[in-house]
Amino acid sequence: MMTLSSANLIIMKHILKILALLVAISAFWIGLLRASLVPETHMWLLPLYFIVSLGCYGLLMVGVGLMQFPSCPQEAILLHQDIVEAKDFLKKKGVDVGFD
Amino acid sequence: MGEEQKEKNNKYSIIIPTYNERLNIALIVYLVFKHLSNVDFEIIVVDDGSPDGTQDIVKQLQLVYGGDRILLRARPKKLGLGTAYIHGLKHASGNFVVIMDADLSHHPKYLPNFIKKQMETGADIVTGTRYVKGGGVHGWNLMRKLTSRGANVLAQTLLWPGVSDLTGSFRLYKKSVLEDVISSCVSKGYVFQMEMIVRATRKGYKIAEVPITFVDRVYGSSKLGGSEIVEYLKGLIYLLLTT
Repeated sequence: MMTLSSANLIIMKHILKILALLVAISAFWIGLLRASLVPETHMWLLPLYFIVSLGCYGLLMVGVGLMQFPSCPQEAILLHQDIVEAKDFLKKKGVDVGFD
Repeated sequence: MGEEQKEKNNKYSIIIPTYNERLNIALIVYLVFKHLSNVDFEIIVVDDGSPDGTQDIVKQLQLVYGGDRILLRARPKKLGLGTAYIHGLKHASGNFVVIMDADLSHHPKYLPNFIKKQMETGADIVTGTRYVKGGGVHGWNLMRKLTSRGANVLAQTLLWPGVSDLTGSFRLYKKSVLEDVISSCVSKGYVFQMEMIVRATRKGYKIAEVPITFVDRVYGSSKLGGSEIVEYLKGLIYLLLTT
């Protein structure tokens, strides 16, 4: 039984994995509410926090990604040198590179 | 000793799809030969009937470098990227296949790193990534960077692909792995590259990464408009549902 379910997990479509995760989180929260460990007035606390933190995570990752965006201006210069070198060589070998 | 013997028997087929790239293809071929001097390889140019004479240049290059090193496998008209790779694959005689763009945004100087990385790790796929130390991009404005980062975060969060650069298309594959993965891919454009790597991850293939720099095309410009973004989002949903 165990092996069957883990085999299913491997071929499970990705959307189902994400849904399973959401269901697990919901079940956990509903469990807490049912057991009255969390007062019912705080019912929307977890879903709200979940969505807000997901949004923050997204913005943060995009922000950090932008700030650390690796740029390589020197590579454009190196490439230009390579192009000049290649054109020189190819021209001597009779390849028609006399155009832009 | 046995390992070294095996390395010597490796052959790399470099598939380059072209459309109106008569200057760039000549430059790329020169640079590949410059940087892969001790490696057994062939270059397969899949030209989709370029009207600018790309094929004439390839024939001239064959005279310089040899018709067995540069293969011209043309198709009558533009038929898409995915089928270009399949077409090139049919004619590939190597046990490894490299796919790269013809517009010089992928520099052949990184080819030795791909090969070295594959030998070190035994990976099924080595993919070039712009977003790690040693990698980078040149020629993008803020908007282009923002879209790229946003798209990447979205895909990382939703798809858990296990690689840092999903839409890069500078990759080395074991030939059998590329044949297997490509047969199950249906997308086009950017999404095609993403689908390839996501399906490979799901099939359990071992994927390694090497840093590459990406200089956005020198001649002509690459575009990323609203319709590309819509296509990308559709592709994400498609991959969520089918992989």
